[in-house]
Amino acid sequence: MALSRTLPRTPRLTPRLTSRLADRRTTRRLAADVGLLVAAAAFALPLIWVVLSSVDPHANLRVKTPDGFTFGNFDAILTPEITFTPLLNSLILCGGATLLTVVCAALAAYPLSRFKSRLNRPFLLTILFTTSLPITAIMVPVYALFVQVNLIDTMQGTILFFAASQLPFAIWLMKNFMDGVPKELEEAAWTDGASAFQSLIRIVLPLMGPGVAVVTIFSFVMMWGNFFVPFMLLLTPDQMPASVSINEFFGNRGMVAYGQLAAFSVVYSTPVILLYVLIARRLGGGFALGGAVKG
Amino acid sequence: MTTAPQQAGPDLTKVGPGPAPHHPVPPRRPRTRSLTRLLPLSPAVILLLLFLAGPIGYCAYIAFTDLQLTGQAHSSFVGFANFRAAFKDEEFLNAVWLTLVFTVLSSLIGQNTLGLALASLMQRASKPVRTLVGGIVITAWVLPEVVAGFLLYAFFRREGTLNAILDWLHLPSQNWLFTLPILAVSFANVWRGTAFSMLVYTAALNEIPKEITEAAEVDGAGGWRRMWHITLPMIRRSIGTNLMLNTLQTLSVFGLIWVMTRGGPGDKSQTLPLFMYEQAFQNSMIGYGTAVALLLLVVGALFSLVYVRLLRTEV
Repeated sequence: MALSRTLPRTPRLTPRLTSRLADRRTTRRLAADVGLLVAAAAFALPLIWVVLSSVDPHANLRVKTPDGFTFGNFDAILTPEITFTPLLNSLILCGGATLLTVVCAALAAYPLSRFKSRLNRPFLLTILFTTSLPITAIMVPVYALFVQVNLIDTMQGTILFFAASQLPFAIWLMKNFMDGVPKELEEAAWTDGASAFQSLIRIVLPLMGPGVAVVTIFSFVMMWGNFFVPFMLLLTPDQMPASVSINEFFGNRGMVAYGQLAAFSVVYSTPVILLYVLIARRLGGGFALGGAVKG
Repeated sequence: MTTAPQQAGPDLTKVGPGPAPHHPVPPRRPRTRSLTRLLPLSPAVILLLLFLAGPIGYCAYIAFTDLQLTGQAHSSFVGFANFRAAFKDEEFLNAVWLTLVFTVLSSLIGQNTLGLALASLMQRASKPVRTLVGGIVITAWVLPEVVAGFLLYAFFRREGTLNAILDWLHLPSQNWLFTLPILAVSFANVWRGTAFSMLVYTAALNEIPKEITEAAEVDGAGGWRRMWHITLPMIRRSIGTNLMLNTLQTLSVFGLIWVMTRGGPGDKSQTLPLFMYEQAFQNSMIGYGTAVALLLLVVGALFSLVYVRLLRTEV
C-alpha cells in the first residue's frame, strides 16, 4: 500500500503510463508522417513537372501524365550549340575556379590551424564576416572595375572573381577540417626536418581527404548554379556557361519548347545533384553538412 | 573525416580555440620565422584583396560619382547626390519596400518557420518518410538557381500546376505572376531555401538531450508547451544564426526573380538587386546603381556583424 502511494511521484515506473506514452508516440509518429508527406508533395510538384515534361512529346506547364514517352526533347537539345558548349564552359569556369579556391584555401588554412598567432583570431573573424556579405551587391562595381582593367568578358577574370567570392567560406571550412587532424602526427615529420609545406602535402591533406572533397564539391556546386556572376562578367555568347545560356536560349525562343526546357534543366542539374549525394553520403546522411553550407 | 560539421551555420564545426590547448606555447621565434609561417596565407589574401576588398572599396568610391556606362569622358565627384536622389526616387522606395516584403515573407516567416516545422516533424516521423522528405526538400535546394526559377515559373503561370490544383478544388485561379508577383517569388524562395533552415534545425534539435524532452512529456507538457518552453530556448543560438544567414541570402537573390518575372510586371517584383541592375545597365547610370548597391552592402554588413557577434565565442 505504501508503495502504491509513492508511485505517482515516480511516474516513469508505471507500466500503464509507459504504454500510454508509447501509444501517444505512435499516434504522433503517424501524424508527423502525414504532415511531412503533405509538405513533401508540395515540394515535389515542380520537380515532378520537370522530370515528366522532359520525356513528354507534348509537354505544357502542368504536371500531367505524359502523352507518350520520348527522348525527342533530349535529342533536340543535345547539340554543341545548346548543350555541349555551355556545359564545357561551365566546366572550365567552375573547375578552374574550384581548383584555385581549394589550393588557396588549403594553403591558408594550414598556418591558421597549426600556428598560434595574434593575427589568427582577427583574420578568422574577418573571413567569417566576409562569408555572409551579399556578393550580389558588389557585382556592379566589379563590372566597372573589370572594364577598366580589361578583365571583362574573359574566362580568367571570371575564374579569379569566382574563386575570390568562394574563398572565405572555403578557408573557414578547410580550417575546421584541418583542426581535426591531430598535430602529433606531424611532429615526427618536423623532427625529421620536414618543412611545413612538405608536412601539409604529405601528411595533413591526405589525412583530411574527405574534408578536402567536401570543400571541393561544395565550391563547385555553388559556382555551377551561380547565375549572376557570369551574367555580369561575360558578354560573348560563345563563352557563356550553362546557367546563363539556358536563360538566353529559352528566353529568346519564347517559352514554348517546354519539353526541351525541361530536358535541358535535367541535363544541367544532374551533375550537381549527383555530386551533392556524394558528399552527403561521405558525411553520413547529408544532414551533418547542414549549417556548413550557403556561403 | 574526423570532425564532420554538426551544427548550425559555419559554427557547426566546434571550432573551439583551435588546436591551441594541445600543444605547449613554442619558444619565441625570430620575426622572420613567423613571417615565413604566414607565407602560405598570401595567395588567398592577395586574391581576396584584389577581387573582394578592391571592388568593395571601388564601390564605396563610385557611389559618390556620376559614372555612366557609355560616352562619358570624365566622371566627377558628386558627393551624396546619388543617395539624395535615391531617397526621392519612388522606384527606389518601391524596391526597398518590396525587398522588405520579400525578406520578411520568404526568409523570416517562410524558410525559417517551415524549416523548423519540418525539422521537428522529422524528429518524430518514421525513417523512410524522413529520408524521402529530406531528399525532396534538399533537391529543391541543390538545383541551380535558374532551373529553380524555371520550375516555379511553370508552377505559378496561368496554365501552370498551381492553377490546375485550384481548378480541381473549385477555387478561383489567377495569373499569379501578374497579379501577385512578389508573393509568387517569395514562395519560390521558400521552396528553394527551406532546406537550409531544415538542416540547421535538424542538427540543433539532435543536440537536445532526450531526457529533457522526455521529462517534460512525463510531466504532462503538451507539444506546443514543450516547443515554446524547452525546445525554442535551447536552440535559440541556432535560430539566431539561421535567421541571419537566411536574411543575408535572401537580400542577394537575383537570378530566381530575374528568371521568373524580370522584376515585373512593371516594377511589382523589383527588389533592390534588380533595381540596382536596371539602373546600372538599362539606364546606364553606374554611379547611381552603385549607390544603391552600397546601401544593400551596408545593410548586409550590419546583419553580417550581428552574425559574427553571435559566433564570436567559437573562433
